[in-house]
Amino acid sequence: MKELEYPFDAGELLTQRKALRRQLLAENVTRLPKKIAVFGGSTTSDIVGMLELFLLNYGIEPTFYESEYAQYFQDGMFPSQELLDFQPDLIWIHTTNRNIENYPVVTDSAADVDAKLDGEMGKFTALWESIREKFRCPIIQNNFEKPLYRLMGNRDCWDYRGRSRYISRLNDAFGEYARTHESFYINDIDFLSADYGLKDWSDPSYWNMYKYALCFDAIPYLAYNTANIIKSLYGKNKKALALDLDNTLWGGVVGDDGVDGIEIGQETGPAQSYYEFQSYLKQVSTLGIVLTVCSKNDHENAIAGLNHPEGLLRPEDFIVIKANWDNKHQNIAQIAADLNILPEAIVFVDDNPAEREIVRSQLPGVAVPPMEEVETYITTIDRSGFFEVTVFSDDDLKRNDMYRKNVLRSAQIAAFGDYDEYLRSLEMEAVIDDFLPVYLERITQLSNKSNQFNLTTRRYTPAEMEAVYRSGDYIRLYGKLTDKFGDNGVVSVVIGHKNGTVLDIELWLMSCRVLKRNMEQAMLDVLVEKCRGAGITHIRGYYYPTAKNHMVEKLYETFGFTLLSADEAGNTVWELPVAGYENQNHVIAVTGNPQKEI
Amino acid sequence: MDMKMIYARLTKIFRDLFDNDSIVLTPETTAKDVEGWDSLAHITLIVTIERTFKMKFKMKEVSSMKNVGQMAEIIATRTKL
Repeated sequence: MKELEYPFDAGELLTQRKALRRQLLAENVTRLPKKIAVFGGSTTSDIVGMLELFLLNYGIEPTFYESEYAQYFQDGMFPSQELLDFQPDLIWIHTTNRNIENYPVVTDSAADVDAKLDGEMGKFTALWESIREKFRCPIIQNNFEKPLYRLMGNRDCWDYRGRSRYISRLNDAFGEYARTHESFYINDIDFLSADYGLKDWSDPSYWNMYKYALCFDAIPYLAYNTANIIKSLYGKNKKALALDLDNTLWGGVVGDDGVDGIEIGQETGPAQSYYEFQSYLKQVSTLGIVLTVCSKNDHENAIAGLNHPEGLLRPEDFIVIKANWDNKHQNIAQIAADLNILPEAIVFVDDNPAEREIVRSQLPGVAVPPMEEVETYITTIDRSGFFEVTVFSDDDLKRNDMYRKNVLRSAQIAAFGDYDEYLRSLEMEAVIDDFLPVYLERITQLSNKSNQFNLTTRRYTPAEMEAVYRSGDYIRLYGKLTDKFGDNGVVSVVIGHKNGTVLDIELWLMSCRVLKRNMEQAMLDVLVEKCRGAGITHIRGYYYPTAKNHMVEKLYETFGFTLLSADEAGNTVWELPVAGYENQNHVIAVTGNPQKEI
Repeated sequence: MDMKMIYARLTKIFRDLFDNDSIVLTPETTAKDVEGWDSLAHITLIVTIERTFKMKFKMKEVSSMKNVGQMAEIIATRTKL
């Protein structure tokens, strides 16, 4: 609902709340029901009312428990039976600097202030620990806004007796708790109040008359910020940006003005504004957010614009580039299909109000922020909270990169007549050879986490793998695959135990991210070659079924092995004579370990 | 701003806030005449009136106004300034 998207009209929302709520509930959509307890340190009534609107708009249907006035601590420490029975899915502790009990005074020693800080932190920590134990649900905790006045003037921000200093220390300590505890999220009202204007935000008349710890018109901003954390926790973040080009990523129209005529770079004010926006988008993409182009342009003009020497974003920064003369809503639907995400996960960024209106009407659910002036592009997208990062790890970074590359690969399949042609276009190169010490850790890790493409599901400790590596009784292979989109790393491992002229395959596994790339055939080719060199005449394969490795039940059969035996549990034994074997991989260029320099 | 206009605007505010188009305000209207006009809704009401008329009630007035008539009188005085 447009009224509830940033930038919203706060006064209008507060006045029209009941009518908007009625309209939202009348929409024919399925929402995720969630029970949310709001533990307030001040009045929360209108805050909860606003939060409800934003959550409904995000597809979440909240039921609220609201503390009696300022009972946040009692509710967390000594919950009533009613509250326990409510079983919240999430608890938001709405406290503010009005709830700080013991501020420093100028006669305090440094130790006195430390003791006050410890006391304050002790109280909050006890509250959080109690909630974790009694409710076992995520906690959203406000940090503190800056104080409204500075007793010591500028000194207040660094002197240990200053309230400003005291509050920033408390905020640091809250942050430290968030860094070291799962399912604990800071609601950054320190930023919000600064962004809104501290003097207005903390207008004391709202506290003195109504016990609101912020001014009335700031309530929607607080509620929106909180709703963004909540929707992120329930997987409702946006995943991709569909970006217009002309007057969105640069000034001017590349088709009319030519590459030399567009504004981007450091030469003029507008050029710098567009450059900063490109820089912002590049940073957004490092969070794993996918950038795509959706522009009415000839494709070559679009590419030429993106290759402007003064620009920052390049064609390769975009996973999908739709530069054509089709309707934008059709292009966005296609982008969603290419990425295998829902249109609802896309943010459409375009300076043209007419294009925005069409997309808004044709693809409800796509976020369409108003891009008015280039110098406001960044804050409009930032304050919308599309990509609120509640959970983030190094693994996410890598996973996203991998995901983006997979998207790129699958997007290409459609363009090829047959699958082999597609595979050849990937320009795959593999290194397949005996283990190298540098890969032992990764090989061991693969043996312990591969479940699906794993024929024996045998696990190896690092010591066992080391023993296999040192022994002369084995033929060992690792496979490393690179394609034109990037390096997949070590993705396949085979370990065979020499038993006279027979090789018993103890382990055959492959990472699922390179399925259907003929990597398994390439591994077999090299294995046979190594067997020939070692006087092995027959390779024997074993398949032990598990709950997860059904996909390789027939692997040896497709390789051309003959079934030797099968038991009631589904365990099968297969054999392949080395003589007469012909290579099965024709799409991956295979090499061995790099030669050591002498 | 004349009284007629003040009442027209007040009526719109009341109808929006309490989501009830049948509300008709008279000088004698009090909280018990309007469904949902409790102490919390009173805060929202006061702030909305202040925003709409671009004026502020004094702290004392917020709790001492007896009916819509007194409210309108204060608005009339303050919007003249």
